[in-house]
Amino acid sequence: MTYAIRNLTVADGNAIHLDGLDVELPASGVVTVIGRTLSGKTTFLKVLAGLQAVRSGSLVRDGVDLLNIPAWKRRVGMVYQQFVNYPHLNVRDNIVFPLRRAGCTPSEIEAKLTYVSDLLGLRPYLDRRPAELSGGQQQRVALARALVKDTDFLLLDEPLVNLDYKLREQLRDEFRRIFRDSRDRLVVYATTEPAEAMILQGHIIILHEGKVIQTGDYRDVFHYPANTIAAQVFNDPPMNLLEGEIAGGRMILGPSFETPLPAHFSTLAPDRYTFGLRATDLALGGDFSAVVALAEVNGSLTVLHLDLDGRNLVLEEEGVHLFQPGDRIGFTPDSARFYAFDATTGTLIAAPPRRSVSGQKD
Amino acid sequence: MPRLFRIIKTAAILGWSAFVIAPFLWALTTSFKTANGVTAGPTYLPYVDYEPSLAAWKGLFGSGAGSIDIVQPFAASMIVTLSASAISLILGTLAAYGLSRFVYKAGPIGNNDLTFFFVSQRIMPPVVLAIPFFLMLGFFGLLDTILGLVIVYIALLLPIAVWVMVDFFNNIPRELDETAMIDGCTPIETFWRVILPNSLPGLVVAGIFCIVFGWNDFFFAFTLTFTETQLLPVAIVSLNSSVTPWWSLSASALVSVAPLIVVAFLVERYLEKGSLAGARK
Repeated sequence: MTYAIRNLTVADGNAIHLDGLDVELPASGVVTVIGRTLSGKTTFLKVLAGLQAVRSGSLVRDGVDLLNIPAWKRRVGMVYQQFVNYPHLNVRDNIVFPLRRAGCTPSEIEAKLTYVSDLLGLRPYLDRRPAELSGGQQQRVALARALVKDTDFLLLDEPLVNLDYKLREQLRDEFRRIFRDSRDRLVVYATTEPAEAMILQGHIIILHEGKVIQTGDYRDVFHYPANTIAAQVFNDPPMNLLEGEIAGGRMILGPSFETPLPAHFSTLAPDRYTFGLRATDLALGGDFSAVVALAEVNGSLTVLHLDLDGRNLVLEEEGVHLFQPGDRIGFTPDSARFYAFDATTGTLIAAPPRRSVSGQKD
Repeated sequence: MPRLFRIIKTAAILGWSAFVIAPFLWALTTSFKTANGVTAGPTYLPYVDYEPSLAAWKGLFGSGAGSIDIVQPFAASMIVTLSASAISLILGTLAAYGLSRFVYKAGPIGNNDLTFFFVSQRIMPPVVLAIPFFLMLGFFGLLDTILGLVIVYIALLLPIAVWVMVDFFNNIPRELDETAMIDGCTPIETFWRVILPNSLPGLVVAGIFCIVFGWNDFFFAFTLTFTETQLLPVAIVSLNSSVTPWWSLSASALVSVAPLIVVAFLVERYLEKGSLAGARK
């Protein structure tokens, strides 16, 4: 049993939010919808929830078009990027609100309240109003309300965006644990962050400007980005893209940046290509030199934005390295990790071979 | 320096309070005077400056020269103001929710035009409406009746209620409605169970506006009634004859202001609270 989405178009006047989506969703498991801001993620989730009118298309499960079912009958839970709770109710009443509307018995309500408030650590706050809680706690209340009822699917629209870094990491891990327990429902998780998609380990849908760019298992999407857009959206920092060419058995990426042709490109014809390389596959030190345009230290990572003959390159290195803008540094690309995309259409032509999997996400 | 600031602040507050309260005190003291007490130059303290008299207050509930029966106009004003305000608040809140949340479109006319149409009723000077109202009430035989005044006051108060509530609803995040629907509420249940309980401050403000505007109206109460029905403002003005009875006017003015003071004290605490905090960060 799956959800079949066909030719789904959402538009407001001339502004097209979703442009003829054709995609299948499994009946259970985690689906991560990833895309930049304004790519149509929120609209997509609202269509699933029944909160968004569509111009055309269908959303069929078991022969029933769910688009004909209003939101209040659709058996769905949703968590917003803003922390949406009922301000006039305390946490307990917030959580059981959907159960009361569904006509559950008091003992059922009590049991589910106990389960979900323990799951999310909300037990001590049940008598408080949402306004008296921290942002992370408010978002837990919203999540509790979405989890407490029997739903066919659970929609999360960038639920961690408005939380601070530490809470985000903590809730992210909790999400993974909670979603694993709910095998009988579909979780649709919208995010801009590839790291969240990788941690949730689900099926991936990459949205860009209202269109589906790529779908697939998270590992496949990571290793074989369908095109340059997918490569940028599904990597953080976005994959470096360099216009270049293959000529004379060498890969030429710029006036002072060329390497021998890596083995996995040996079958490629001499032509112009867009080459891609992850920031993590550039290492400090080596024969090539570039000027530091911007240096940032992010936790235990150093991210350098380099200026290489007027082109931008992003390099990410483990550990803290201090550089000033304007410093000239040496770097080395791991040429075995280069991707090649069609220079005009951006479609993936050649990808590096997958490393032997050893339980690591890479 | 903070000390000096506090002194200045306190002085300013006291000064302003005196400015606001003085007319009421003046009316209060005048209401205990007689004709001689009023015309014999400024006097302030009863027993010290002048001999107080209850004549004016008795006159409000009696009959005879220089006196009126204030009970009936007071009751009429109460009925008209409260029922018109209540109906305006109910209709206005429903209309405002619709205008805030649903899209209406008829050719080039949309939600904002509808909202403006409501508010525009209050832009033109009331005198423009006097003749139409007079003719319409006359046609239905409602001139000089409580019902006629209630209908006219609804027309006057509804725009205020709509205006205040549209603005209020627009500031309630739409996600709250959406969450309610996802949690199993139909649109009407959403309004009733989630939006309305979170709209108390807005309802209080709109209610106060309606009551104050309705209670204070003189123009329509004057033009649309003759003898059978009399509202308080008209009754008070009608005290005025060749001699202005300042003592009776003062007493009746205090009576007419009393309900508003009660309302102000009752709702004060709702106005302070920003009880929407926490709906969305």
